[in-house]
Amino acid sequence: MMIFALFAMSLDLLIGYTGMPSLGHTAYFGISAYTTALLALRLNLNAWLALPAGLVLAALTASLFGLLALRTRGSYFLMITLALSQVVWGIAFGWRSLTGGDDGLPDVPRPALGLHLPWSLADSTPFYYFTLLLVAVATFLLVGIVTSPFGYALRGIRESETRMLALGYNVWRYKLTAFVLAALFAGLAGSLYAYYNRFVSPDYLNVARSAEVLLMVILGGAGTLIGPAVGAVLIVFLENVISAYTERWLLALGVIYVVVSLFAPSGLIGLLRHIRSRRATP
Amino acid sequence: MNFWLIQTLNGISFGMLLFLLAAGLSLIFGLMKVLNLTHGSFYLLGGYVGLTILHLSGSFVLAVLVGSLAIAAIGVIMERFFLRRLHLQELPQALLTFGFLFIFSDLATVIWGTNPQTIPKPAIFSGALQFDGFFYPSYRLFIIVLGLIIAGALWWLQDGTRLGAMLRASVDDEEIARALGINVSLLFTLVFGFGAFLAALGGVMGGPIVGVYPGADFDVMLLGFVVVIIGGLGRITLGSSCR
Amino acid sequence: MTALTINNLSRHFGGLQAVSNVSFTVEVGERRLMIGPNGAGKTTLFNMLAGALPVSAGRVVLFGRDITLLPAYARARMGIARTFQITNLFPRLTVRDNLVLALLAAENAVRSRHRPVSANHSLMHHATRLLDKWDLSAIAGKDAKDIAYGQQRQIDLVLALAAQPKILLLDEPTAGLSAAEVVRVVGMIRSLPRDITILMIEHDMDVAFELADRVSVLHQGHLIAEGDVEAIRNHPRVREIYLGVDDE
Repeated sequence: MMIFALFAMSLDLLIGYTGMPSLGHTAYFGISAYTTALLALRLNLNAWLALPAGLVLAALTASLFGLLALRTRGSYFLMITLALSQVVWGIAFGWRSLTGGDDGLPDVPRPALGLHLPWSLADSTPFYYFTLLLVAVATFLLVGIVTSPFGYALRGIRESETRMLALGYNVWRYKLTAFVLAALFAGLAGSLYAYYNRFVSPDYLNVARSAEVLLMVILGGAGTLIGPAVGAVLIVFLENVISAYTERWLLALGVIYVVVSLFAPSGLIGLLRHIRSRRATP
Repeated sequence: MNFWLIQTLNGISFGMLLFLLAAGLSLIFGLMKVLNLTHGSFYLLGGYVGLTILHLSGSFVLAVLVGSLAIAAIGVIMERFFLRRLHLQELPQALLTFGFLFIFSDLATVIWGTNPQTIPKPAIFSGALQFDGFFYPSYRLFIIVLGLIIAGALWWLQDGTRLGAMLRASVDDEEIARALGINVSLLFTLVFGFGAFLAALGGVMGGPIVGVYPGADFDVMLLGFVVVIIGGLGRITLGSSCR
Repeated sequence: MTALTINNLSRHFGGLQAVSNVSFTVEVGERRLMIGPNGAGKTTLFNMLAGALPVSAGRVVLFGRDITLLPAYARARMGIARTFQITNLFPRLTVRDNLVLALLAAENAVRSRHRPVSANHSLMHHATRLLDKWDLSAIAGKDAKDIAYGQQRQIDLVLALAAQPKILLLDEPTAGLSAAEVVRVVGMIRSLPRDITILMIEHDMDVAFELADRVSVLHQGHLIAEGDVEAIRNHPRVREIYLGVDDE
């Protein structure tokens, strides 16, 4: 759950704070996941190398994709990011020799730290704390980014790019940086997921997943960081619950999407704020 | 040489299907600035409904007509009661159309099952045409011809008629179009329905060669997006060029 | 000393020639008013000066430096600040945050993205002082979209001033304001120091003639007259164009 909270928060940086609607965020999650998994599985690299390697690859891809996608705005941007992430999916699916294609990469080992510690990360509890630690650090960093001048600038860009330009901000550079940063955090989530799930497949790169993380952000409330985290927890929870009762998970999800988009476009946090402000002004 | 010719013609005939899809997508996006992620569903549902009608009636023509119109109706309902409320909000729109995509996708597997199916070709086209010892399925040729006719009709509609002019005006500047008395809301609904119609048409027509199967909506939609991006948005004719 | 020179500036949109061959020079500290009927090309010209629109032909020279190809944000860093004809604030940010963004740009502090903004005391004081100076402290905590239109126009101006620009481009700052608000804004502009050069588009003739050192008159993309207030007031061509529109 924490992993997806992180993933959702990383997307929030892009969507909620900078105002760039990206539907391709799963690409970075997936790239990092695959990289870490492959390095750990095939080359037996320990976590100190495999994890950062995933991040680096995610960041590089984001730089490349960003250069392409940032030529566009709004709905065009949405489309291009979606298309690009599907290219990644296609590669994961098609390059069987590297990625195992549809079958994925099973038996990814838990992270090997190479340290002589009393417990091994192969056990659930220590791994849980390991993940918790990393997610906590990442969250701390995200909060730092968002409250910094850089974060302010991103919000300004979301509100009015022309004004930001007139004030002297190199908007394009900010957007690209935000894009890559978001990809980095998504990548972290991806690599952690690879370790957690011990299995990586193209499944996590498909269109449905792209939509799902978007839902997490919107459901929780874009632009708040905590909103998407809550949204992620909720969605993961719902997914587990509903799948236990019926196979029609996709249908249920679809209905949730429709309902949320129509009635709660500013998410749960938005609703909370609305209620609070209604109470404050009698 | 024959091999290349066959491949090319195959590509073109498949491309025609994509063209139908992309044209609708492009129209909807160009006019309404809506990224219709449900478009793939229209294709899929068109195919499935067409299949059912064919089984019930035995008539291919009826299957095509009913299939396309039924889906067009669904499109109209979707626009009128749901999409309209989210005017110009890209993210909620994406979410909504995604939602419907999932709903339709799942419903389709409930109603029609998970096995891939094909629509049998109509009798007149089930053979192959022969040129100089070179055989080519006549159905695919039919699709190519039909595609060209439709493309021509769309082009004429856009550039040659008053409806087309209203469309272009609304794409350029919605507010002014409204001020000029053009009923933009009705236009939106019609265009959306028409886009759905085209996609469904593609679905039914494509049934015999591509098949109707769960997941076709996702597959076809992605390709459709690529065509639209490459071809530029809002301009129907360009979209057909890349295939 | 010359602040701004434009040479043969032109801009066309397809077949439409919005600005044709306009040239003029503005001195440092001058208050230059640009007037002309709607569609004369004033805002297009402004957009070319600010870098929001590329030129079709001609050159823009600022403090001796050719900035014709320079992007908007780079020009802002050189000392150009502008306001917008349609108020352009950050709607969902508070008034204070609007200012903070403007100040951050000027301070170049954005490089250090580590320190939280709220901890930057000197910055926050600066913002508060600016709001006090223009008597706008009352609305500091409100979202920009929630304040009155007149106040929005004022904040638009304050944002432009925050970076202590050398040259101000004001696009119809009094548009849509009530008489009392116009007086307020004119007072604000009047009180600006003479080391700032001001280029201003105005529709309200009284305001224009009150503030101007010199006036440039645009009509259908051409510069048809230029001179001091008296000269322009009595210019035959200008009177001809404004017949019926002149509100003297």
